[in-house]
Amino acid sequence: MENLHSLTAHKLKELMARGETDPSAILEGVFARAEKVEPKVKAFVLSGKERARKAVAGTARKNGKLAGIPVLLKDNLCVKGEATTCGSKILAGFKPPYDATVVRKLEAEGAILIGKANMDEFAFGSSCETSCYGPTKNPWDTACIPGGSSGGSAAAVAADETIMALGSDTGGSIRQPAALCGVVGLKPTYGRVSRYGLIAFASSLDQIGPITKDVRDSALLLSVIAGYDEMDSTSVDLPVPDYSNALVEDLKGLRIGVPKEYFVKGIDGEVEASVRAGIGVLKSLGAEVKEISLPHTEYAVSTYYIVGPAEASSNLARFDGVQYGFRAAGADDMIEMYIKTRSEGFGNEAKRRILLGTYCLSTGYYDAYYLKAQKVRTKIREDFDKAFSVCDCIVTPTSPTPAFKIGERASDPLSMYLSDVYTIPANLAGLPAISIPCGFSGSGLPIGMQVLAKPFDEETIFRTAYAFEQGTEFHKRKPNL
Amino acid sequence: MKTIDKKTVEKVAHLARLKLDDKELELYSGQLASILLYISKLNEIDTANVIPTSHALATLKNVFRKDCLKRSLTPDEALENAPSKEGDFFKVPQIIEGK
Repeated sequence: MENLHSLTAHKLKELMARGETDPSAILEGVFARAEKVEPKVKAFVLSGKERARKAVAGTARKNGKLAGIPVLLKDNLCVKGEATTCGSKILAGFKPPYDATVVRKLEAEGAILIGKANMDEFAFGSSCETSCYGPTKNPWDTACIPGGSSGGSAAAVAADETIMALGSDTGGSIRQPAALCGVVGLKPTYGRVSRYGLIAFASSLDQIGPITKDVRDSALLLSVIAGYDEMDSTSVDLPVPDYSNALVEDLKGLRIGVPKEYFVKGIDGEVEASVRAGIGVLKSLGAEVKEISLPHTEYAVSTYYIVGPAEASSNLARFDGVQYGFRAAGADDMIEMYIKTRSEGFGNEAKRRILLGTYCLSTGYYDAYYLKAQKVRTKIREDFDKAFSVCDCIVTPTSPTPAFKIGERASDPLSMYLSDVYTIPANLAGLPAISIPCGFSGSGLPIGMQVLAKPFDEETIFRTAYAFEQGTEFHKRKPNL
Repeated sequence: MKTIDKKTVEKVAHLARLKLDDKELELYSGQLASILLYISKLNEIDTANVIPTSHALATLKNVFRKDCLKRSLTPDEALENAPSKEGDFFKVPQIIEGK
């Protein structure tokens, strides 16, 4: 059968159940596709061909929820014995001695791991340009960025180089690239998915989540990776619902809030028009739409760029050339070895965030920056608490603009940071949020719509997103590569 | 909130165990100054009686486990990635003066 690579996991499961295809044909289909388009897209940093073929031939479980389905991992997820670099020179040569919990769970359900996806260095970025391997390209226009930091994962799904992928999201790193590549990206509730084996960026914000071709696959992949894990003390011990029950084409009685603060200066005209049209579709499907207010929205980016770098500067202190990764040569003492290793090993954006975070945490500035940001974070959370007393979910744009040109924002960090203005609040408040395709710009670039819900209410997100998807055709369009 | 000068960036870099050359120092001082200026927006909000949020969800609590023996990495596994090692130890440049 042709074009297996372009199908969803649930479609492939159907075909396999009917005996019309098998895991080997799917895997070879995906590899053949990658061979053809990867030189243009550059989504992979490590191909796991040999391991994947071995798994299909024998070791993989044959009867799991993802049996025989190829899955690509962002390169900040540890796989035992496989190079894991976070897109950074400082982790050159690092091969984790253990599997991330999500990796264990994927393999327990028969998924076939096909390699590692490019990302911004340590997930610091919104464009995939800060990777030490060079940028990934947007499959819809290879002169454009795919978004970031999970840009490799999103681009590979959009380009049909994999069936599904995992990303991680600290301020929008799953949702923004999903929006810019025209695929579905979910950041689950903080605590829903174990982060054991995810190389930490900002521990109070990071979550792992699915990047898929449609909403049904997103629900399927979340059902595999979600759940309590004693290896991650922030994972929450709540039962994992059967998310497929939420996939109903009926929005009657659903109350959708549309925050007025998300449609202000800075939003691209075509993005606003597409998202407003999308809200119209939701209304026509039976939802009740009302304007709400999230008054502290304009402070979210500032809050995030204190909290995120502060936590990152602390998490990245462990990269010192002693236990793993890169060590600079030619140092005569310990401190010099640390300094040389870190100065040579970290790229520009990593250094910038380490400096910013260290400054915000340093004596004399802690109260003015870090503590202040934590207090404003409370105000942002309270905005959402209030909003969810009058609505069941919130619909917004995912990114203020479609994909921009490679290099366009690289020299102005602040303009890059503002790419995440609509996605950051969900991380600060710990909420689940999804991005789904809702339109295209005049030049053919995808536009994403975001749906947010209360903590641990991924079901309302899936219900809203699924009904929208079934009522529209945007998710069916494919890039011309 | 004040903005940041080169001397402060240099000091912060040392705290973070980074060494910046003159070009980097120039670049980062300017960029950090404009980021901090943007961030100073937070001063518009009165947070006098606000409790800070360190984790988003109220469901988080201290987690304890039983103090019992469990398999963990062997010394060989733990040392597998070491840039330099000797016997069962990570090897680093000399820390103590002498010899």
